[in-house]
Amino acid sequence: MTSQVSSEAGEALVGEQRSAPATGEHGSAKEVRRLDRVIIRFAGDSGDGMQLTGDRFTSETASFGNDLSTLPNFPAEIRAPAGTLPGVSSFQLHFADHDILTPGDAPNVLVAMNPAALKANIGDVPRGGEIIVNTDEFAKRAMAKVGYETSPLEDGSLAGYRVHPVPLTTLTVEALKDFGLSRKEAERSKNMFALGLLSWMYHRPTEGTESFLRQKFAKKPEIAEANVAAFRAGWNFGETTEDFAVSYEVAPATRAFPTGTYRNISGNLALSYGLVAASRQADLPLYLGSYPITPASDILHELSKHKNFGVRTFQAEDEIAGIGAALGAAFGGSLAVTTTSGPGVALKSETIGLAVSLELPLLIVDIQRGGPSTGLPTKTEQADLLQAMYGRNGEAPVPVVAPRTPADCFDAALDAARIALTYRTPVFLLSDGYLANGSEPWRIPDVDELPDLTTTFATGPNHTLADGTEVFWPYKRDPETLARPWALPGTPGLEHRIGGIEKQDGTGNISYDPANHDLMVRTRQAKIDGIEVPDVEVDDPDGASTLVLGWGSTYGPITAAVRRLRVAGRPIAQAHLRHLNPFPKNLGEVLERYDKIVVPEMNLGQLATLVRAKYLVDARSHNQVNGMPFKAEQLAAALKEVIDE
Amino acid sequence: MSESLLHLVPKAEAKQSMKDFKSDQEVRWCPGCGDYAVLAAVQGFMPELGLAKENIVFVSGIGCSSRFPYYMNTYGMHSIHGRAPAIATGLATSRRDLSVWVVTGDGDALSIGGNHLIHALRRNVNLKILLFNNRIYGLTKGQYSPTSELGKITKSTPMGSLDAPFNPVSLALGAEASFVARTVDSDRKHLTEVLRQAADHNGTALVEIYQNCNIFNDGAFEVLKDNEQAKEAVIRLEHGQPIRFGAELDKGVVRDPATGDLEIVTVTPENASRVLVHDAHASSPTTAFALSRLADPDTLHRTPIGVFRSVERPVYDTLMADQLEQAVEQQGKGDLTQLLTGKDTWTVVG
Repeated sequence: MTSQVSSEAGEALVGEQRSAPATGEHGSAKEVRRLDRVIIRFAGDSGDGMQLTGDRFTSETASFGNDLSTLPNFPAEIRAPAGTLPGVSSFQLHFADHDILTPGDAPNVLVAMNPAALKANIGDVPRGGEIIVNTDEFAKRAMAKVGYETSPLEDGSLAGYRVHPVPLTTLTVEALKDFGLSRKEAERSKNMFALGLLSWMYHRPTEGTESFLRQKFAKKPEIAEANVAAFRAGWNFGETTEDFAVSYEVAPATRAFPTGTYRNISGNLALSYGLVAASRQADLPLYLGSYPITPASDILHELSKHKNFGVRTFQAEDEIAGIGAALGAAFGGSLAVTTTSGPGVALKSETIGLAVSLELPLLIVDIQRGGPSTGLPTKTEQADLLQAMYGRNGEAPVPVVAPRTPADCFDAALDAARIALTYRTPVFLLSDGYLANGSEPWRIPDVDELPDLTTTFATGPNHTLADGTEVFWPYKRDPETLARPWALPGTPGLEHRIGGIEKQDGTGNISYDPANHDLMVRTRQAKIDGIEVPDVEVDDPDGASTLVLGWGSTYGPITAAVRRLRVAGRPIAQAHLRHLNPFPKNLGEVLERYDKIVVPEMNLGQLATLVRAKYLVDARSHNQVNGMPFKAEQLAAALKEVIDE
Repeated sequence: MSESLLHLVPKAEAKQSMKDFKSDQEVRWCPGCGDYAVLAAVQGFMPELGLAKENIVFVSGIGCSSRFPYYMNTYGMHSIHGRAPAIATGLATSRRDLSVWVVTGDGDALSIGGNHLIHALRRNVNLKILLFNNRIYGLTKGQYSPTSELGKITKSTPMGSLDAPFNPVSLALGAEASFVARTVDSDRKHLTEVLRQAADHNGTALVEIYQNCNIFNDGAFEVLKDNEQAKEAVIRLEHGQPIRFGAELDKGVVRDPATGDLEIVTVTPENASRVLVHDAHASSPTTAFALSRLADPDTLHRTPIGVFRSVERPVYDTLMADQLEQAVEQQGKGDLTQLLTGKDTWTVVG
């Protein structure tokens, strides 16, 4: 959630769980403690189903009404070698009774399904944290594989943690012995046993998971029931075993949320819905031309389910054909979209240039990932900003819009569509892996309050020649927006030809005239420069002299860091950009107001380069390019140094 | 035969003439270029098709032939090198009320755009692709192309080219094309007849047009054009007719029973019954492929022209439209509120 409340300062107390006495509601003698927030990390082998486990716990938590933020983290390999460190897949979930902004820096609870998962994640768990370990997997060989010479469960290396050794596999197999499954089949349900245990520990509602399992395995009812049984067995294990003496309550975050109906949503889902909504608001059919690429493919998958909205999805032979088909559909009057990630943008560049020249509306969705080249396909990064800004031949300006949170991907998609349709231009929508796969609660908008995106097509002549003849000029511009008319094939009398060769102003005919080219280059630039975007807002309650400026998915960590600093008595101002091209008109004036400007980015300083070049300000970079989002605590420490210098 | 997809495209209200399809732009090909003849043939054929000209779109890539759309008084897009089939795919699949034509060349379609061409053919998108093959790069001033004969001496291959050429008809058949034809720029009647059949075809129609580049590869197809030589060099394919050629129609194509391959024999009363009868609608592409291999890639002797293959196969755009309709039938028309709400929600009251 993006509204700011002071209780976020609680995030400063990493690892510490505030507890208050509460009465046990289970009738058992077990103690129930009340917490204001918890960070849980599920970690296991790629094949252990950790992402599913995390998703289910998230759904339970969302329907309970906590605020939440998630961070899935998985290898690019579908099944990396079992039991190895590179094969570890994890899912971190932060949930609270108040407004939170990030998936959390350090987990309070780690569920480690094998030695690799323990080894890969223990460094992030602060002393005093709880660790639930699947002891069945701690055989000598499995431990040796990840470099444990002695068992960490016995050699005292976990002293200082609250360790719960649980033979998860054995217990799961035992619980399913009446199902007639092979041992291997039964073992697969161990993630549901773990989910049941954690659901008990945190008083999560369980109906959702049970009905989810029955639906997921509708064709294999015996597997569905086995998973439900494992899930219940995990719950009952927590309830009965003495090792788990305490369970926890995290009250719904009622006060953090404005009135409304909520759901949990990931960035890619919100973005997909934003595109469907934009199509409805524009009254244009949606056309997606795309080629599968991590982490953007989910948008293709999602949109392909909504054909009953008139959505056409075309899985092309390559990235170039994906955008080519989208551009063809745009010529025909569709709301056209192509979705990809950085390497795909590189391949699409020439066609984006053509779209700039043709001046047709087109959305290019780039779910950024680690680069260069193939880079880190499943990790996050913000290093495509300059590619989006400048990665084409010639002067080819393209507007750039960046969402700030998973749910914000919905609004950002509508905004990108507004710009594309109003100004007849390709538009970049720059999301990233962190937003794409992360999730948070979303207040479901009233569809009647969505922006009106209706556009008008050319229907007749728009120009009178000296001799009085009425003609259609495809490059005669709207004087306000500088947009050219959109004349769809099928409209009688407006037959015209467009292309990538320079066009004569107005007529659109081929022109190699030097003065005309100069005029057209400047006019295309002026059109983009003149796009209306809202002023950037500055949050500066204390009259600070240091400004932190961010863009895109760093919003959560930056805001969390800013809250910490203010609680610690360090004034700091914050501004966050949604529009990277053009920049908001007041940005220069805002930057001038501050002595020190820090730009945290998950790249080597791309926004910093842009603002330094454009506004001649001494913006300094704070960079992290490790494939992971910033941690609020580390970011706060870095900002504190700047404030204090 | 299923109904022609042309019925989805609005008809012209008044009778059209060739003039209606000429744009106001000056044609800028080299004097004597084969492209002029093709342009005239297409402009001459369009009135016969009788479609509303605002519902016709020509999409091209880059190259001499790709200037074609500028000269047609229809909607048009001169796009980027090799990508016309992809762009046309987006247009055709989203607007079934349009007649979409792609104009491309041997470099555009078979080199830089090879991937898009084969995938358009395999999908069977409702596109008519006119591939102008002059066996040379013209616009970049004379480098060898992917259809140039091996050993071709050009500016970029002073000691001769090293790569074996593509046979566009063989390639298209291998890419699952449902309609493949070959014709020659200078034979207006034959070209028009092939265009007629292509226009009427449901799905992707690939028409290879041998086109003379009089500047960089003049006379490349002379053997097929010279009346005397053509009699021996050209094999005219007509559906349902025995495949015979030669000045006296004394040569015929027969199948070698031992290998299954095709061979050319001198027709005698004894073997006349063995002469292959051309079946463009055969479900297997095997014979069409064998026919495409008859020509000598260097001399072009024994070059079949005409429609090699024309079969009915599901059309991508139709399937796509059907799925959209089906989705509405099964799930009802999309309701945005319902979509955004999903299954798991909770309510916060003030």
